[in-house]
Amino acid sequence: MSTLLEEIQKPELLDLEKRPKANALEHEAIYIMREVAAQFEKPVLLFSGGKDSITLVRLAQKAFWPAKIPFPLMHIDTGHNFPETIEFRDKLVEELGVELIVRNVQDSIDQGKVVEETGKYSSRNMLQTTTLLDAIEEFKFDACIGGARRDEEKARAKERIFSVRDDFGQWDEKNQRPELFDMLNGEIEMGQNVRVFPISNWTELDVWSYIEKENIEIPSIYFAHKRNIFLRDGLIWSAEDGVVFRADDEVVEERMVRFRTVGDMSCTAAVASHADTIEKVVAEIRESKISERGARIDDKRSEAAMEKRKQQGYF
Amino acid sequence: MEVLKIATAGSVDDGKSTLIGRLLYDTKSLTDDKLEAIEKTSKQKGYDYLDFSLATDGLVAEREQGITIDVAHIYFSTAKKSYIIADTPGHVEYTRNMVTGASTSQTAIILIDARKGVIEQTNRHFFINNLLRVKEVIVAVNKMDLVDFSEEKYNAIKADFEQLMSKRDYAGQKITFIPVSALKGDNVVEKSKNTPWYDGETILEHLESLDLAAVSNVGTPRFPVQYVVRPKTEDFHDFRGFAGKVYGGELNVGDEVVVLPSMTRSKIKNIYFYDKEYQTAPRRSSVTITLEDEVNVSRGDMLVKAGDLPTIDKQLTATISWMDSDNLTTGGKYVVQHGINKVLAKVDAIEHKIHPDYSGIEENVSTLQMNDIAKVRLKFNKPIFYDRFKDHRTNGSFIIIDSRTNTTAGVGFIN
Repeated sequence: MSTLLEEIQKPELLDLEKRPKANALEHEAIYIMREVAAQFEKPVLLFSGGKDSITLVRLAQKAFWPAKIPFPLMHIDTGHNFPETIEFRDKLVEELGVELIVRNVQDSIDQGKVVEETGKYSSRNMLQTTTLLDAIEEFKFDACIGGARRDEEKARAKERIFSVRDDFGQWDEKNQRPELFDMLNGEIEMGQNVRVFPISNWTELDVWSYIEKENIEIPSIYFAHKRNIFLRDGLIWSAEDGVVFRADDEVVEERMVRFRTVGDMSCTAAVASHADTIEKVVAEIRESKISERGARIDDKRSEAAMEKRKQQGYF
Repeated sequence: MEVLKIATAGSVDDGKSTLIGRLLYDTKSLTDDKLEAIEKTSKQKGYDYLDFSLATDGLVAEREQGITIDVAHIYFSTAKKSYIIADTPGHVEYTRNMVTGASTSQTAIILIDARKGVIEQTNRHFFINNLLRVKEVIVAVNKMDLVDFSEEKYNAIKADFEQLMSKRDYAGQKITFIPVSALKGDNVVEKSKNTPWYDGETILEHLESLDLAAVSNVGTPRFPVQYVVRPKTEDFHDFRGFAGKVYGGELNVGDEVVVLPSMTRSKIKNIYFYDKEYQTAPRRSSVTITLEDEVNVSRGDMLVKAGDLPTIDKQLTATISWMDSDNLTTGGKYVVQHGINKVLAKVDAIEHKIHPDYSGIEENVSTLQMNDIAKVRLKFNKPIFYDRFKDHRTNGSFIIIDSRTNTTAGVGFIN
């Protein structure tokens, strides 16, 4: 029988039951989610199926419980997704009972709005921007919630939590609104929209630790698995699914790998890993000597690759 | 893990970026690929040292000009704490950037070039951090290697700075002096052999020793309602929860509360965080609260403890920091966002402006330019529920929005 005595002997346990855990980043993100729902008429959560957007979904659930998430999810599908991600996405949406909007880069290509890149480093990552901007216009979204984090990349380190984009989706990086205390200014004109980044202040390790602590399900490709791969420029590329361009002299071999970010397959390299559980993944991230985006070829195009993409409307 | 937010302040070439780079480097927070990129770019530029500013200056324009334009956020962690540094540049928009950085930080590092000592800008950095009531300030006397680690030089700078402190408004601010060389790494993370006369902590040691609860500002509990949660599902048919963040103090189930502005009384029935109920909503937690009685509550209303009411008024005086390139003028109309609550505001009068070198005040002023700090009187179209900034950092501050451009044009600290 319990247990007033036990409780007195373990005051720290009692304390945990009494008050929610003090994760400042989580409480900040929930606050931001609620500001979006209150300040905007048509917000949307951009969902890629990656760990950051999965974390966003959990935070949105927490922000509005016991009500459903009061905005739809939108996936800009490059057509080059890992199949595991799509499966995962559809299952999650069904569980949540929220609306999922999918817009395809393939359609933008078919409509002649963008031209597919060719060659060794070809990727649909850049093409996403056009599809995204068209979708924003189509649905008249005034706020798009994204999982970008300031620690990912140095242009993102300059990003606001509420980041205003003009009619053309452009980021005016030299003329951003100051953000003071907790106050978020979501005032915009017709045609403008705001990109919202609730996990701006999280690091990669914060996200992984959160996924571990909250026991959040994530796509299997984040865990170590056997995969046919080939090596190029010191990076490990998937040789499955035929999405990544591979020259004849690039030899395929089988290795234990996992993915650290899950973007478009054509620009996301794998890392050699034996981390097949969330605990091992967190331990691996803690020890890692390479940054998360070290395996993203889209950032390696130039030192200002991210800034340029953001100016054009990319996330 | 605890998160400590730090704002840095220093003039051009005081070595702010180098200090941050050194903190990252010595705590092994720079990954190999980032380090390689810094090595490569430093070499290209012909430097014989690692230019850490390349790790923090994220925009093309910044790298071209070798200056920091906008606030950047840098992250690192130790086994004990997570740190977020707001790197606030000291150029054209210096006050705006510093105020912004300091508004979200519990700690500030002010850099002084040991060769130049306390200069006008040091005065500004100190004044702003004091105005914003940042509790912990580290004064890093940098470039000690260039003055032969002279104890005399260091003591003279310290004495000059203490001179500034005598004029400060917020006396509760704790100030710690540390002699460092960011470039060479002295007293940043590792204790220096070059300063045997200094027996204090290094910058990192000091940051690690800070107690987060002690550096945070505490006041009375205020609960601005952000969003009304109405699920209207079968299981939660009559559920009406008030979602928001608790500021200042904590709220408990059973607390008697008053809803502002209606002044209706009720009691806290449940405190939810996600799908669990709790007895206590701690400071800065984002919870959902239900009340015992069916009362009318909507976004922008505020729950406070009965007997702990804020001031409810349609006018106030505040110290404001103007951040926009369009001037503020007496009689000008703006939108004031106080927490999440928006009201229309009119500038009734500019009582005085702080002289740009902080030597005194200027009266008979009718316009304010970017970077100006002034005491103004504002009138609103409806009452707001506020505390004085010195009593409540969150409920005592507001932003001013220019409704023609929608930009955040200024910030105010209520007197």
